[in-house]
Amino acid sequence: MTPVATPFFFYLLAGIMIIGGVLVITRKNAVHSALALISTLLAQAGLYLMLYAPFVAGVQIILYAGGIMVLFLFVIMLINLERSIRERQFNKQWLIGIVAAAALGGLFIAVYTKGKTLFPAGRATYAESQNTQGVASLLYDPHTGIYMFSFEIASLLLLVAIIGAVVMAKKRI
Amino acid sequence: MDALLNISILHYLVVGAALFLLGVIGVLTRRNVVIVLMSIELILNAVNLNLVAFSHYWQGLHGPTALHGQVFAIFVITDAAAEAAVGLGILIAFFRNKETVNMDEVNLLKW
Repeated sequence: MTPVATPFFFYLLAGIMIIGGVLVITRKNAVHSALALISTLLAQAGLYLMLYAPFVAGVQIILYAGGIMVLFLFVIMLINLERSIRERQFNKQWLIGIVAAAALGGLFIAVYTKGKTLFPAGRATYAESQNTQGVASLLYDPHTGIYMFSFEIASLLLLVAIIGAVVMAKKRI
Repeated sequence: MDALLNISILHYLVVGAALFLLGVIGVLTRRNVVIVLMSIELILNAVNLNLVAFSHYWQGLHGPTALHGQVFAIFVITDAAAEAAVGLGILIAFFRNKETVNMDEVNLLKW
């Protein structure tokens, strides 16, 4: 598809993402943070679509906004957050933390202002219909799938994570 | 003005950097473990946005089938799912023992 009003949608989605991120780290109530994080993730899926990555956008919505965030909300409702809402929200090292983050931000600004000529100004367009096929042929095709072994290792990692989560949440280890 | 309206890869990288910084601030300053875990998710998402943006750039150099960045982003999402499951399992075990979700009270392994 030919892109329509790219700057408008980019700044809209980027603005939703940044505002959602700020809300995640400033809200007292963890449920509000989780909802802000969901809006950030959905806006990010929109940005993936603008980068011609529809498969990653779908995975982002189904797995991140649908799966992981439900897990987060479940745990928030399992534990009692009444006490933590009344407590101080930021720790004693918050000033040092912000200074460290500002130093990192300065590094980013320096790198991006120095290296901005390395990136092409315009953006190419690709056919979305071939994206999923391309990703799949890198992941599981016997001839071109150079990430096949990594894919199997990832499934092993998920198995280990499932067993680990069950063992961690057990009443008596 | 033209640099602002002509959306390039760099714009996506700047958004990713801003999100990464927000995540770092959240991890370093918040006391609630749940929100610290959510900040880690923010950091992983910032990295994912960078990976997909670089994948778009790489496609411009090597043709539309060079989707290595997107494949890597899918691996990062897998890792994030595993990390969330284990982290929240640890959180439930911690809450059962201490009746709190405060980061400052996680000091059993402190020397």
